[in-house]
Amino acid sequence: MNFDKELDARGLNCPLPILRAKKTLNEMTSSQVLKIIATDPGSVKDFAAFAKQTGNELLSSAEAGGEYTFMIKKK
Amino acid sequence: MEEKKLAIIATKGTLDWAYPPFILASTAAALGYEVQIFFTFYGLQLVRKDLSGLKVSPIGNPGMPMKMPFGPKWFKDISWNIPNALQCIIPGYESVATALMKQTIANNGVATIPELRELCQEAEVKFLACQMTVELFGFEHSDFIDGLDYVGAATFFEFAGESDICLYI
Repeated sequence: MNFDKELDARGLNCPLPILRAKKTLNEMTSSQVLKIIATDPGSVKDFAAFAKQTGNELLSSAEAGGEYTFMIKKK
Repeated sequence: MEEKKLAIIATKGTLDWAYPPFILASTAAALGYEVQIFFTFYGLQLVRKDLSGLKVSPIGNPGMPMKMPFGPKWFKDISWNIPNALQCIIPGYESVATALMKQTIANNGVATIPELRELCQEAEVKFLACQMTVELFGFEHSDFIDGLDYVGAATFFEFAGESDICLYI
């Protein structure tokens, strides 16, 4: 999947992945896609909740080898 | 849709209790909430310029896991149940516990309090300080970070009364 920007949130714990993602999204334009890589297991539900509440679209959420990858399309 | 509002009353001035208000405020701001925190009594410690005085105290806190943040796994897994009476007479016990807590925080990729506070400010979380407690505790406005509004309870209620969520921490 194509993306416009990537955020490495590995090793960060709640609420930093969400805060960094929000900050990065602020620098992007509408309908651009942000890829986030995280290691916090809580981030799976948190990014779904973040997308739901902010209106940014969670395009995908995947786990591989202890790393979580999220694709978020900016509102 | 109108912006949701979160009002927080921060009353605790220890390193551990500094986390809930700043974590919840910064996260809510990221979710699009308008947020205000009213710092009162010991909570004023969280808006001082110098945060190095924030400590944790394991005394009288049976809920606090006492584990070492270094060494092999078997060592880290040991729970050090040191009696309160003993904790009280060891000089510097709180400072050691605080240093260990800070190390644990760093090991777990958890943000520091100065970092979280800055993230709140960047996200335009509004900080209110209780003027009455500032005077009661003999603080000066110059002890605190810039951007604080020094107010009384009535001002806080202007916002809190219209908030969707109001938390006392």
